[in-house]
Amino acid sequence: MAKWLEKLAERILTVSALISAFITVLIFAFLLIFGLPLLQGGQWFGLLADPWSPREGLYGIRPMLMGTVYISLLGMAFALPLSFGCSALISVFAPRRFGGFLRKVVQLMTGIPTVVYGFVGIFLLVPMVREIFQGGSGMCVLTASLMLAVLISPTLILFFVDGFDRVPRSYLDAVAALGGNEAQQFIFVILPNAWRSVLSGIVLAFGRALGDTLIALMIAGNAVQTPSSILESARTLTAHIALVIASDYDSPEFKSIFACGLTLYLFSAAVVVLIRSIGAIFGRKER
Amino acid sequence: MSRWMERTLIVFCWICGLALLAAITAIIGYLLYKGMGTVNLTLIFGDTSPVDALLLRKHVFAGLFPAMVGTVAVVTLSVGFAIPVGIASGIYMAEYARGGVKTVLGFFFDILAGVPSIVIGLFGFALAIFLHKHFSSIYPSLFISSLSLAVLVLPYIIRSTQFALENLPAATKLIAVALGATKLQNIVYVLIPKSLSGIFSGVILATGRCAEDTAVILLTGAVAFAGVPKSLFAQYEALPFYIYYISSQYANQQELLSGYGASIILLLICALLFFIASMIRKGVTYQALYRA
Repeated sequence: MAKWLEKLAERILTVSALISAFITVLIFAFLLIFGLPLLQGGQWFGLLADPWSPREGLYGIRPMLMGTVYISLLGMAFALPLSFGCSALISVFAPRRFGGFLRKVVQLMTGIPTVVYGFVGIFLLVPMVREIFQGGSGMCVLTASLMLAVLISPTLILFFVDGFDRVPRSYLDAVAALGGNEAQQFIFVILPNAWRSVLSGIVLAFGRALGDTLIALMIAGNAVQTPSSILESARTLTAHIALVIASDYDSPEFKSIFACGLTLYLFSAAVVVLIRSIGAIFGRKER
Repeated sequence: MSRWMERTLIVFCWICGLALLAAITAIIGYLLYKGMGTVNLTLIFGDTSPVDALLLRKHVFAGLFPAMVGTVAVVTLSVGFAIPVGIASGIYMAEYARGGVKTVLGFFFDILAGVPSIVIGLFGFALAIFLHKHFSSIYPSLFISSLSLAVLVLPYIIRSTQFALENLPAATKLIAVALGATKLQNIVYVLIPKSLSGIFSGVILATGRCAEDTAVILLTGAVAFAGVPKSLFAQYEALPFYIYYISSQYANQQELLSGYGASIILLLICALLFFIASMIRKGVTYQALYRA
C-alpha cells in the first residue's frame, strides 16, 4: 500500500480516538456550563447540603443525594452476600453441570432490560412489600433496593467467579494434597488470592447501583424527603433528573438537575479512579 | 476451622444460588404468566391489517407497531453512528497508541463507560437545547436520541475491538509483518479478519444496550404517542419508553396487558441479541459489564 495511504489511515484512526476521548470531556463541559448559574459564588456545597423547598427558594439536592446513597447501599447489602454465595457455588461447590447452568443464567441476567425489572417490580414486588409490612404504598427504599440487588448481582457474581477461577489450579491441588477439602480450599487459598477481583467487582457494582435510573424511578416512590426508615419513599439523583426535565428551562429547578448530573458524573469518575488504583497498586494489568 | 463452619458455608452458598434462581424465575415467570396471552398480532398491529401497517399505508393506533419501528430506527441509527468511530478508535488503541497516550485515552474511555445513562441523556438534552439556539428546527428527536445512544455504547465498541485485536496470538500478529507487509496491510488483511468475531459480538451487545436503554431516550425525544417516526428530527415512540409510560399511566386493564406484552417482546429481542453474541464468541459478555 502507498505511503500516503498509511499516513492517512493513521491520521483517521488517531482523530477517531481523539473524538471519542473528547466526548468524555464534552459531557462534563455541558453539565458544567448549564449548571453554572447555580454553582457560581461557591454555592456548590450549599447545594449539596440544602433541603429541597422551591417555595422558599431552596433548591438543594441533599434529599436526592441521601436517597441515592440509602438505596444503593441497601441494595449492595442485599446483593453482596447473595453474590458471594452464588459465585462460591459456581466456581467451587456446585457439581460441574449445575455450576455451568447457573453461570449461564447469571450471564443471561445481564441482558435483561432494566425497565422490565422495574415493570415487574411495580406489579409483583410492590404489592408484596405492601402486604407484608401492612402500610404505605409499598413503593419505598426497601422495595427499590431489593430489585436493585437483583440488577447488580450478575455484575458482582461474574467478577467474583472470574477472580476465583483465576487462582492457579496448582495451589488448589497443593491444598488437596495436604488433605484439605473444598471448603478449606475456598477459605484459605481462593479468597486470599482473589480479593482484588472481589474489590473491583464491588466498586463497579456500586457504581452501577448509584447510576441506575429506572428501578428507583419506577418503584421508590419519588417523594422528595430524606427517608427516615426503609419503608419510606425516596427520590434518587437519577430519578430527580428524569422527573424535573419537563419544567421551564430557565427555572432554578431545571438548573438543579445539572447539579445532580455533575454529582453523578463525579461519582462515576471516582469509581473508575478507584478501580484503576486497585489495579495499579496490586500490579496486575486491568482488563 | 470446624466441620460445622464448613457445613454452614456450603449450605449458605446453596441457599444463595437457589434464591437467585428463584428470584429470576419469579420475575420472568410472572411476566410470561401475565402477558403471554396478549402476545399476538393484535398486540402489535391493533385493528389495522399487518400488511397495510408494514407498508405504512395505514396508521396503527392501538398496537405496538410504531414503538417497535421507533426502537428499530433509533437502534440502527445509533449503532450506525457508533460503529465507525468506535472501531477506528479501538484499532488505534490496539495498534497505534503506546505508553502514556494509551493510558490516558484508556482512562477517558473507562470514565465514559462509567457515566450513568441518565447523565448521557441529560447531555443529549443539553445538546438539543444548545443546537436549538443555532438551528431552531432541532428539538429532542430521533436524531438527538441516536447521537446520545451512540455515545452510550461507544466505549463498548472501542473496548471490544481493542481487546479482540490485542488478544490475537503473537504469531498471528507478526507473521505478515515478517513477510514484509506494512502496518496497514497487516491490520486490513490479517488482524481485522482474524478478530472479526470479537468485534462483531461487541457490536451486537452494544445493539442490545441501545435497545433496552430507557433513561437516555426518556430525556431525548421518546414520547408516548407519535406514530411511526416521519423524519430524523421528529419525536418517536420506543418499546422501553412505552413500558415505562404504561407502568405509571395505564388507563385500563387492556393497556396494562399491552405493557406486559411489550415487556415480553423487549425481553425476547434482548435475549435473542444476547444469544447471537454469545454464540459468536464465548466469554465476551464480561466486557459488557463496564456500564452503569
